[in-house]
Amino acid sequence: MALLRVEKISKKFGGLQAVSDVSFALREGSIKAVIGPNGAGKTTLFNLISGVLPATSGEITFKGHALNGLRPYQVARLGIARTFQNIKMFAGMTALENVMVGRHVQSRSGFLASMFRLPGFLSEEREIRRKSMELLELLGIAEYADTEAMNLAFGQQRAVELARALALEPALLLLDEPAAGLNIYETAEIGRLITKIREMGITVLLVEHDMSLVMDISDEIVVLSFGQKIAEDIPQKIQRDPEVIRIYLGEEAAVPA
Amino acid sequence: MTLELFIQYLVAGITYGSIYAIVAIGFNIIYNTTGIINFAQGEFVMLGGMLSITLLQFMPITVAIALAVGLTMCIGAVIEIVFIRWLKNPSVLRMIIITIGISILIREAALHVWGDNVRALPYFIGNEITSIPVLGARVSPQVLWVIGTCSLMVLFLSLFFKMTSIGREMRACAANRTAAILCGIDTRNMVTLSFILSAGIGALAGAVMSPITYTQYDIGTGLAIKGFTVAILGGLGNSPGAVAAGLLLGVIEAFSVSMVPLAFQDAIAIAILLVILFVRPHGLFGSSAAAGLKEF
Repeated sequence: MALLRVEKISKKFGGLQAVSDVSFALREGSIKAVIGPNGAGKTTLFNLISGVLPATSGEITFKGHALNGLRPYQVARLGIARTFQNIKMFAGMTALENVMVGRHVQSRSGFLASMFRLPGFLSEEREIRRKSMELLELLGIAEYADTEAMNLAFGQQRAVELARALALEPALLLLDEPAAGLNIYETAEIGRLITKIREMGITVLLVEHDMSLVMDISDEIVVLSFGQKIAEDIPQKIQRDPEVIRIYLGEEAAVPA
Repeated sequence: MTLELFIQYLVAGITYGSIYAIVAIGFNIIYNTTGIINFAQGEFVMLGGMLSITLLQFMPITVAIALAVGLTMCIGAVIEIVFIRWLKNPSVLRMIIITIGISILIREAALHVWGDNVRALPYFIGNEITSIPVLGARVSPQVLWVIGTCSLMVLFLSLFFKMTSIGREMRACAANRTAAILCGIDTRNMVTLSFILSAGIGALAGAVMSPITYTQYDIGTGLAIKGFTVAILGGLGNSPGAVAAGLLLGVIEAFSVSMVPLAFQDAIAIAILLVILFVRPHGLFGSSAAAGLKEF
């Protein structure tokens, strides 16, 4: 069953067609990668799915609900979490607190209810702390729980951000260049983590430039170029697709002999 | 200067200083969630005092103060919902001008309702001449009420921001709005809540201080200037800094009385504000990097 369905989605910024008529579906429990040269519209596509930007036309459905017109926080509450290409930590908060913020959405019924729900408050607070700590352990950064997140190394911040996204208990996780700025060991580690996340039953959609990572972990790949989808297939076939090779390596005629 | 006199000045300084600190924290809470300075903050203090004085005619003093604080919190919520919430990506300047407008609106409404009489709540314990000896100096019990209430509010707020989900969400919203939204936080509710909180602490301070400082429809402006000075001095958005800066300003003002005429007391705060804005615009305790984060 398709968890996420993107149908003929388009986004125009003034005269620039950033995403045009892109359609694809995401099978529950799969890992799908979106690749393409810089400026192909990958991050815009993520912003459309997470509700940060409104689409010019087209439709996105998640678990059968149309996402059009929903605000980003509503999309997040439906079960779509995301991480960012440039990490967005909550400054002034510890690694654990960062993850706990992600957990809140899961643990409350409403805004006013949680303000006045004093009796269950302490046990709920303990529960949030315990679950968040588990996620830090899962990502192997439990020892930095009480370190201010901004003081952590880059790779560790990325792990905190991932833990925060997982704290939402999402059905779908959007990862925007999870390996950007990481060395090959850290990249391999991220690859293992993503596979582990899928085993937890979370569907993953990722944008990534690191081809070895993409080819290793993805079930399917969508290729974008200048806002259009030019291919969608399993990794082995994408690697041999002449159109994909052309946009990545350039026209044969353009290469001097 | 004798020890008694020194302590007398010091206690007076701490009393006023803790009120300034509360006003400054009110500025900080709203600044952190919205990036704006709410110039109607002083009016919340005025409303807290005035409303509890009026309500006292119908009910005991504790109920009157609690109700006045509650009403001011509602007014804070209404202000945010009516004037701020529906704006789409408003500029900082526009929002600041809106809060100045709100401040004038509340002040004029207060003038119509209460006139320009100077009022005060009765002393919570004893009267004007009751005093407790502290190291040889004579201190009014009301002074201890003010200092105690302000300290408790600071304690409550730091626990709230540290230990509760809503408090952490407000900090998250202040630290990174985009990430907060994508964690499923409705940041508009956090902004409303910040107005409610600021209004509440301002009103409580206004009620508790009124027996010694008296209150009038237009005290908000002066308090807002002092509170703003303290907020800047402590580093905008930095609440521990605001407490330190508030006490510092209060004590400087109190001791200045022994050197310059009383009429110059307010000039001292303004002079400090100007010097800080010229020399260290990010405040004594703030870092320039943090100050640069907010577009201002």
